[in-house]
Amino acid sequence: MYSSSDLKKGLKVMVDGEPHVVTAFDFSKPGKGQALYKCKLRNMITGTLLDRTYRSGESFEPAPLEERDMQYLYKDEVGYVFMDTKTYEQITLLEQTLGDDRYFLTDNMDVKVLVFDELGIGVTLPNFVNLKVTHSEPWVKGDTAAGNNKPATVETGYTLQVPSFVEEGTLIQIDTRTGEYVTRVKE
Amino acid sequence: MSARPNVTLATRRDNLHKRARILQQIRAFFSQRAYLEVETPHRIPCNAPEAYILPQESGSAFLHTSPELCMKRLLAAGYAHIFQLCRCWRKAERGRRHLPEFTMLEWYCSPGDYLDLMRTCEELLCALVPAETLVWQGATYRVKPPFERVTLAQAFTHHAPISLQDAMEDDIFEEVYTEYVEPQLGRERPTFVYDYPAEMAALARRRPDAPHLAERVELYLGGLELANGFSELNDPVEQRLRFRAALDCIQPEFPAQMLPEPFLSELQHLPPSAGIALGVDRLVMLLTDAATIDAVVAFTPEEL
Repeated sequence: MYSSSDLKKGLKVMVDGEPHVVTAFDFSKPGKGQALYKCKLRNMITGTLLDRTYRSGESFEPAPLEERDMQYLYKDEVGYVFMDTKTYEQITLLEQTLGDDRYFLTDNMDVKVLVFDELGIGVTLPNFVNLKVTHSEPWVKGDTAAGNNKPATVETGYTLQVPSFVEEGTLIQIDTRTGEYVTRVKE
Repeated sequence: MSARPNVTLATRRDNLHKRARILQQIRAFFSQRAYLEVETPHRIPCNAPEAYILPQESGSAFLHTSPELCMKRLLAAGYAHIFQLCRCWRKAERGRRHLPEFTMLEWYCSPGDYLDLMRTCEELLCALVPAETLVWQGATYRVKPPFERVTLAQAFTHHAPISLQDAMEDDIFEEVYTEYVEPQLGRERPTFVYDYPAEMAALARRRPDAPHLAERVELYLGGLELANGFSELNDPVEQRLRFRAALDCIQPEFPAQMLPEPFLSELQHLPPSAGIALGVDRLVMLLTDAATIDAVVAFTPEEL
C-alpha cells in the first residue's frame, strides 16, 4: 500500500478500481494546516485525465501491473495481436491503446506488454526500429525553402521528416521514443 | 566518480551567491536593531505538539521543527530581542515550495505583539528590496510600506466561494484555502493575513476583545506563504490544554510525544511578547526570481 506521502509523478495506483498513473503532482500545506497532495491522474486503460486532491494519511493500492515479454504477430480487424513468448498466450491491443506506437511494430518484434487484469494496456518497444521509406517526393535541386528536410512515409503508414537525400526504398532507423529519424541503414 | 562536473550545481551558482548576501543582510538588519543572534539546539527531546507538523526522529530525540521552544525560554529569562537563522526539519514535506530540511529565520521581541511583527516584516522586506519593486515569475510587486492587511475571514469573503466559517464546519478549510484564497494573497504587494480562529494557532494569544480569535499573522507575496507569527500565549495552563488538544488530533502515524515540560514550567515568566518564523528559502526564491525552492539550495534531498 502507498500513502499520500508516496505520491509523485509516475507512480501507478488504483483509483476507482482502475490503474492510473500520476502525471502531475503538487504538494501544498497552508499555514499550520493539513498537507494536501494535488494530483493529475491518467487512467491507464481509457486515457481519461482526472484531478484529485488527497490529504495526508490516505492510502492507495499499487496498480497490479505486469510486464510480459511478448512478440508482435499480426494485425486483425480487432487490433494488434501479441503472443507471450513463454506461455504462447495471445493478447490483442487496440489501436487507441497503442497510439503512434502501432506504426513502429514489425513482424515478430520482441516487445514488453503492460498487462492489467488480462488486458494489454501499453507496450514498450525497442528504442530503435528500421522501416522502409515507401513514399517521398524527390528532392529538387536548389530548393532551399524547405531547409534540408522533407516529409517521408514509411511502410507502416507513419510520416516523418527525413533529410533530403533519403529516397524511396531506403531503409531508415527511427527512434520509437521520439518518433524521429535517426539514420540510413545499409541493407 | 563522475567524469563530468555537476551541471545542476553550476546553474545554481548565481542564486547561491545572492542567497549568501541575503543571509548577511538579514543579520545586519537585526544587529542594527539590537537583536541578539542566538543558536539553540537542533536536536531536542520534544517539539511543540502540532496537529499537522511531523517531526523527524533522531535516535531517541527529534530534530526541531522550529526553534520556538528554546527561543521562548530565552525570552522568559529576560532576553528581550533575539533572532536565529537555522535549519529546521519537517518530515514528509516536499514540493515546489517545500523541503523537509529548510532554513528558518525566527525573531522575538518583548514587549511586543503581532502588530509589531508586521511592522518589522515591512522594514525587513523593504531593506531587502531597496528598489521598491520586485519581479517574480513575470509579475511585478510593489514592496513599500504599508503592506496590505486583511483578516483571514475577509480573505475568504474576497476570494472564496464560501465563508471561512462554512469551510471550517465542512472540514474543507485547506482545500478551499489552497484553491481560492492563497493564490490571490500578495498579488500586487505583500499582504498580511491576520486574526485566525483560536483553534488554528496552538501557541498564540487570544485577542482580549475577541477571544474566539488568535493574534496570529501570516505574510504572503505572490501567493507564496513567507512568514507565520503571533502574539505569544504566556498562560501555562491554557498552553498545556492546547498541546493536549493537538496531541489528541495527531494521526496514528505520528510518533508518541511527551510534552515540553521545561518550556511549560518557564512559560509563566514570559513577558508580553511576539515572535515570527520566516522561510528563508522562499524569501530567496522571491529575491532571485526562482520558480522552485530547489533552485535556491545547493542540494535537494534527492541529490544526496
